[in-house]
Amino acid sequence: MTATYDAGVKDYALTYWEPDYEPADTDLLACFKVVAQEGVPREEAAAAVAAESSTGTWTTVWTDLLTNLDHYKGRAYRIEPVPGDDAAFYAFIAYPLDLFEEGSVVNVLTSLVGNVFGFKAIRSLRLEDVRFPLAYVTTCGGPPNGIIVERDRLAKYGRPLLGCTIKPKLGLSAKNYGRAVYECLRGGLDFTKDDENINSQPFMRWRDRYEFVAEAIRQAQAETGEIKGHYLNVTAPTVEDMFERAEFAKELGMPIIMHDFLTAGFTANTSLANWCRRNGMLLHIHRAMHAVLDRNPYHGIHFRVLTKCLRLSGGDHLHSGTVVGKLEGARDATLGWIDLMREPFVAEDRSRGIFFDQDFGTMPGMLPVASGGIHVWHIPALVSIFGDDSVLQFGGGTLGHPWGNAAGATANRVAVEACVQARNEGVAIEQNARDVLMSAAAHSPELAAALETWKEVRFEYDVVDKLDVVEDLDESVVSAR
Amino acid sequence: MSAVSSTIKLGTFSYLPPMTREQVAAQVSYALGRGWTCGIEHVDPARATETFWYMWRLPLFGELNPVAVMEELDRCRDANPGHYVRLVAYDRIRQTQGLAFVVHRPS
Repeated sequence: MTATYDAGVKDYALTYWEPDYEPADTDLLACFKVVAQEGVPREEAAAAVAAESSTGTWTTVWTDLLTNLDHYKGRAYRIEPVPGDDAAFYAFIAYPLDLFEEGSVVNVLTSLVGNVFGFKAIRSLRLEDVRFPLAYVTTCGGPPNGIIVERDRLAKYGRPLLGCTIKPKLGLSAKNYGRAVYECLRGGLDFTKDDENINSQPFMRWRDRYEFVAEAIRQAQAETGEIKGHYLNVTAPTVEDMFERAEFAKELGMPIIMHDFLTAGFTANTSLANWCRRNGMLLHIHRAMHAVLDRNPYHGIHFRVLTKCLRLSGGDHLHSGTVVGKLEGARDATLGWIDLMREPFVAEDRSRGIFFDQDFGTMPGMLPVASGGIHVWHIPALVSIFGDDSVLQFGGGTLGHPWGNAAGATANRVAVEACVQARNEGVAIEQNARDVLMSAAAHSPELAAALETWKEVRFEYDVVDKLDVVEDLDESVVSAR
Repeated sequence: MSAVSSTIKLGTFSYLPPMTREQVAAQVSYALGRGWTCGIEHVDPARATETFWYMWRLPLFGELNPVAVMEELDRCRDANPGHYVRLVAYDRIRQTQGLAFVVHRPS
């Protein structure tokens, strides 16, 4: 039967709401949290999201009849209430695989979080989770090296890796900066890190920084016999500059570079990840700007989606939050997204905010980086939460030691090794944190001094973005909507 | 003040005091409990920072008894005086070493 053209505006639900649809294994699935405008039925709002993020526009057009929209359209196939919330609901949408260019998280995001987020019929919209079908995952490059390769390159096994972000964030000269790096690395850390806003400013141009850092690494490696690295930030105003910096890091024999994937963009990130894979370079990913996108519980993109996108685009480390430090992130939700960084398969688990099974096939994993306001007292909890496959990234918790960076680094390393040893012996280290740390400090004056310095510091604010479960409902968050 | 030393470290547990025999055995039990296979490596100090040390026989495939692993570590140490001796726990599922640490250092 031939189709007939009927000009005008139709309800979205007529075309895009299909409650009987069974998603195919190759469909890309998305879960949005929707708050519709007053008077808009949920089915219509969900269908509108499906339409605007796939094939639809506001009116019928004759060219709709030149194609098979039944094949290409996104379908809203399920609606669920959000626990403890009368205004918001979850809309589940299935998109056929061939709506998206292979290997392009850029293209996926342009559809899923494009125009639809400004759509008038919707008061607010949040992309909670995405199921990338394995058929799509295999078109992406993924982490350039992965956890297993990184451990072999660095010859570090059976414990979390340790890093420190050099402070002050801005204003050090290249040689003073190199000094700070050297002290941290010789004291026992594995990595130091450029702060994200260190690029190539007048007080320290990138080439000068790279050279002094390389010297610091060579000296620290010679002294300790261990492999060291510094996340050299190659984030730059243009991709040409980015690659120039990456090439120079390689020329200096450096093992790892760093990139900010959101401010620089996924196109730049994917190209850089491909370069790293070709050149045997580890890639540390920072996430400046993520809180703009992921912190509001009602509008934006959840971090678990950004995590999946980055894993497909490529990175070997990704900042994850700490649960215990100065930055936002509840424990169960954090456990959910660190699984998404590391595991080959992650099953749906609403208690961790995971809405879909996600199969990564043989794509390598990334190390979660716990960074932000952490110090020695947090280490037992961090080792429990993150396990061995993680980077514990200090800043003030190394540099603020009363005897300086090297002693601070030693204190961090002793504490982590003592926690790993005790855990392996069967000790519940989080519950016995004080005993584990104090007995280790009996052999380490550096650790004893660190424990004394930070004994009172805590970061106990309520979390703004919580998982949607009734008992966790926070009135102040709801009323702030 | 700071007692940070600049001696060669060689990996996990290098910053802790040398383990007692019981402590080493506890780590071996942990590794075996995770389903990992213990292996033993050794090297003379001049080559300690190189990637590949000598294997002491083949990894102890199928060996589930920590006492047997400890005895094998002793045999390696006794046969190679002046060498570093390292325990390696192979995780064949993940294709990595779940744990690796130096058990004996030359005195």
